Amino acid sequence: MDFGTDILIALGKVVLIVVMVLNLIPLLIWMERKGAAYIQDRRGPNRCHILGIRLGGIIHSLADAVKLVTKGSTSTSATFHPLFVIAPMISLFVACVTVAVIPFTEPLVIGDFTFQFQIADLSAGLLYVIALSSLSVYAILLAGWSSGGKFSLLGALRGSSQMISYELAMGLAIVAIFLVSGSFRLNDIVAEQGAIPWHWNAVRLPLSFILLFTAMFAETNRLPFDLPEGESELSAGYHTEYSAMRFGAFFMAEYAHLVVGSLIVTLLFFGGWHIPFLSSATLHAHASDVLRILWIIGGIKALLLGAFLVRHFVRRKGYWGDLRDYEFLVFGVPLLLVGLALAVGFFVVGPVVLPEWASRLLVFLLQLGVMLAKTLFFVWVFIWVRWTLPRFRYDQLMRLGWKVMIPLGLVNIFIAGMMTMYLER
Amino acid sequence: MLETILFYLFAATSVTTALLVISRVNPLMSALWLVVCLASSAGLFALLSAPFLAIIQILVYAGAVMVLFLFVIMLIDISKEALKPRVVRFAKVVAVSITGYFTVIVCIVLWRPSFLPAPLADAAYGDVKVLGKMLLTDYAVPFELASLLLLAAMIGAVVMGKKKL
Repeated sequence: MDFGTDILIALGKVVLIVVMVLNLIPLLIWMERKGAAYIQDRRGPNRCHILGIRLGGIIHSLADAVKLVTKGSTSTSATFHPLFVIAPMISLFVACVTVAVIPFTEPLVIGDFTFQFQIADLSAGLLYVIALSSLSVYAILLAGWSSGGKFSLLGALRGSSQMISYELAMGLAIVAIFLVSGSFRLNDIVAEQGAIPWHWNAVRLPLSFILLFTAMFAETNRLPFDLPEGESELSAGYHTEYSAMRFGAFFMAEYAHLVVGSLIVTLLFFGGWHIPFLSSATLHAHASDVLRILWIIGGIKALLLGAFLVRHFVRRKGYWGDLRDYEFLVFGVPLLLVGLALAVGFFVVGPVVLPEWASRLLVFLLQLGVMLAKTLFFVWVFIWVRWTLPRFRYDQLMRLGWKVMIPLGLVNIFIAGMMTMYLER
Repeated sequence: MLETILFYLFAATSVTTALLVISRVNPLMSALWLVVCLASSAGLFALLSAPFLAIIQILVYAGAVMVLFLFVIMLIDISKEALKPRVVRFAKVVAVSITGYFTVIVCIVLWRPSFLPAPLADAAYGDVKVLGKMLLTDYAVPFELASLLLLAAMIGAVVMGKKKL
């Protein structure tokens, strides 16, 4: 392969992965609103519609995007402009660049063609993630200072001191993983965990998992650690003076951080792309059976869900008395049809034995799906915690960070050292 | 080819930003340019096949030390009146001596025979494992002394920060 195609493939990967993460953001915002609504016993977003189709509130994210892009960016007379403009850029940049070292699956090998779903396979991959996420403090600091307001500055100072404190705990938690895995490469860390759930780091190093996950909340500035933007005291903290897409960039960066944080937790503690009890070798050997099982499960699920939605439609006919009645059909009928098509197709595809390349591709896609499913689960945990726990007070936050988490992190390193010395793996 | 371009890019950035650091009046801008300077020198480390050093440079200097600098600068008064360009005493003497110093260095560089190309490092050079082994065997005493120095600084900071011990 020559230099030109290499660069083209690399560019393609960059575009694909960044677009994938950025496109998750509106969906996550929808997930957050719906999650909040279910936890607080409300309906959640349900007003925005295109020609009467609401898609359960997803249209709200679209409306938000249009609103943020088309509004005007305001600033006060006290703002320091160059930094005021750069700060949101830094925040989104850091969030997107971190994705570069994250491996989504095992490399796809067909013949002598190798495709790795990862932009850069650095030997110090995990350190790269920590180093870059430590730069996101600048976005908060500069935004708060350059706004020229007291609330913004207070929010920025709180935010940066919080992030520095919790970065230490995060670093200590990660050192334990380095000790047990013996490598900085994310690929090695995942491969070392394997497919058996009790070899995953979450089981071997539970303390490390709790510390890192807690520190992750502080790093993404989400409740219970969202002091930098504590609405009741600081109006909106460091982004009080921001409007339109400049605010939108901060908003997007928060969710991009959420995705990256969940990816990291999945990779470090929950075996990454491994399906429990099914190693890659097993999957490759029985790819045709795997396809058949997936086919049957998919068909049954589509049929059941489609039937449920259609039944819902039939039962509640005339409940709203307008187009909303037909929303169930928008998903229900296609799902029923897909289910039927899969059922008929099974008799055609069932006896087929997959060729080598197809089985490899199947395993590749399956592992990608598992990785993303695990990640979305952790995103949901983030949302769940946000709407369940109240905010910490500032002194409680600092006490937790310095007097509880850092000593626990040191103890954890000691335990991990003992494990690597005395346990044969 | 690519490495040469990157080298000149990073080198030019670090020199320009280093000049900006010392020529800005606003201390906040100076600190920010210093961050860029540190980041581009991290790029130079990466080109010298020391990725670990590059990442630690960003993590420690750009990510932690400079944040504390900014933290302090943001809390002091940097309004227009407080930020008049400072006048240094004996400015001419300092300028002449610095210029002389640079001239001597440039003369030495031009006069002496050109540098021999450095021997190529092996693949494991700059690897974390090799680095760690070296720090804890060959250079164990300086390593421990450095940590002792940090401990002393830490205790000093605590003593100065606490009003009542």
